[in-house]
Amino acid sequence: MLIIGEKLSIIAKRVREAMLKRDKGPIQEIAKAQWQAGASMIDANIGPAEDGGESLMEWMVTTIQEAVPLPVCLDTTNYKAVEAGLKVHNNQWGRPLINSTSNDPERFPMLELAAKYNCQIIGLTVGKGGLPADAGERAAIAAEIMARAMEYGVPLEDLYLDPLVLQIATSQDHALKVIEAVKLFKEMNDPPMKTVVGLSNISNGCPKELRPIINKYYFLMLLDAGLDAAIADPKEMAEAMEERPLFEAVLAGKDIGDQRRAMVIKKTVDIIMGRTLYAHSYLEM
Amino acid sequence: MSYTAPKETYSGKIFEVTIGTERPVTFGGENVLPFHGFEGSIPHRPVIAYEIQDVPPDDWPETVKAVYNGVANDPVSWARFCEEKLNAKAIALRLIGTHPDRENRSSEEARKVVLEVLSAIKVPLIILGSNHVEKDSEVLVACAEAAKDKNCIIGKAQEGNYKTITAAAMAHNHKLIAMSELDINLSKQLNILITQMGFPKERLITDPMCSALGYGIEYTYSVMERIRLAALAQNDQVMQPPILGDVGTYVWKVKETQASEEEVPQWGSLKERSIAWEAVTAVAMLIAGAELLIMRHPEAVKAVERFIDELMQ
Repeated sequence: MLIIGEKLSIIAKRVREAMLKRDKGPIQEIAKAQWQAGASMIDANIGPAEDGGESLMEWMVTTIQEAVPLPVCLDTTNYKAVEAGLKVHNNQWGRPLINSTSNDPERFPMLELAAKYNCQIIGLTVGKGGLPADAGERAAIAAEIMARAMEYGVPLEDLYLDPLVLQIATSQDHALKVIEAVKLFKEMNDPPMKTVVGLSNISNGCPKELRPIINKYYFLMLLDAGLDAAIADPKEMAEAMEERPLFEAVLAGKDIGDQRRAMVIKKTVDIIMGRTLYAHSYLEM
Repeated sequence: MSYTAPKETYSGKIFEVTIGTERPVTFGGENVLPFHGFEGSIPHRPVIAYEIQDVPPDDWPETVKAVYNGVANDPVSWARFCEEKLNAKAIALRLIGTHPDRENRSSEEARKVVLEVLSAIKVPLIILGSNHVEKDSEVLVACAEAAKDKNCIIGKAQEGNYKTITAAAMAHNHKLIAMSELDINLSKQLNILITQMGFPKERLITDPMCSALGYGIEYTYSVMERIRLAALAQNDQVMQPPILGDVGTYVWKVKETQASEEEVPQWGSLKERSIAWEAVTAVAMLIAGAELLIMRHPEAVKAVERFIDELMQ
């Protein structure tokens, strides 16, 4: 399992300010904390970065790799910024990952970069029009992206398919569809295709105290489906792995001697599976 | 081999709600999707309440205002007209005049109107605020107290004011409308929050927010439908209160119920068109899952009652 630390994102205020001021301190501190928590790659999300994206990505990659011996996941829609990051990336720590291409022709240049720099790439299974309706649509888009990757000379082993996790608070039915999509993706090639998710989006919009609970158990369910990688909070993922035996025991109907935790697991799985309607207070019902 | 039609059965059941005292009505109680009587039991017809206001309906289109000429200047005569002449089974009094951007009438004035209307009618009363979050919490608390033990419906409690309104409905033995804005998950959440205050879920009515035909009705329809499926198929008790379709107030604001024949000749008769607009909207809400409707035009109400007759056979 490849855990890609999600915390260096422009959406976080502290990270955004450090990016603007080119202040290495917070960036390296967060990178280190994620490494120590078990991340094997660090996501550098600089947003669309239309102005100055190249120098920002360059700075992010070198700043992160000065602090931790890990490869970087280059997360932006700016093609030039990705290339600038790839040029300075230290491959001694592993191959970089481009986040991402999709079935939108505007994102095809990312495949060109992946081929040129011999790196890995995420294929987000969305097209130009709207969100995929179900697992089947995600798989159909995945097939298009796979064909496109081959056309551009990117080996399928270097492609991670991303089914696009949506918010459970507003798109509950997609939680299960994404799990089904991961299973479908695995079957689309031999050896099986690699899969990745942006995990924490599942709990976006949920109360703060619920977020780690939903993230962890959703992760364990995706793991059971065959997930290979997650852009996530490595601390939460480490906790999830610790809880895994308990989680599996509850699903198998065994008594784990902790009623409260068993209840939380059951109710959360019911929400993810769409057996009960989500509400912010679902654990209290 | 003979053919046997497949039947869906459900583990859940909608709560049966009775309102009023002298001439009470009951709705809900079914354990099947709307009008699927062949699959289970539908003990009660949906109920249609006539909408009246605490102030004259100056902002209503002429087609519907004309029906109440001569009675709508006074809520008491308006209510009596609905009960006696139109055979209303329930009356919904909207205290729109309390809205700060309208007449800004005080909760004391609203309370007085409620008392007068209550003493003039035998059918159940639904007491609605002006949909102003702060003002409603003041007005509805006063009105709930005034209508104590009359078994009314008080509404609408929303995310921003549910605490005070719920407490008042609970203290004075009323039913309560919980309204959220077209989001099934928020609708469930509001019902949970209200029941967590100790208000019995069996006395709730869910309003997922209505809309008029052509103006987002598919969103309302979809939310209502999914609420019903959660209630029946998943036996989700929080989603088992009856659903309200507050039809009239949305329908009589849209262009199709207002634009004259001179303006849009291709749309045909304004009267026919606007009545049909209210009836069709109402019917869509019933099919989606509503058990209680609030409507304005007697011709539209008649059409919907005929529709119910046919589907309930």
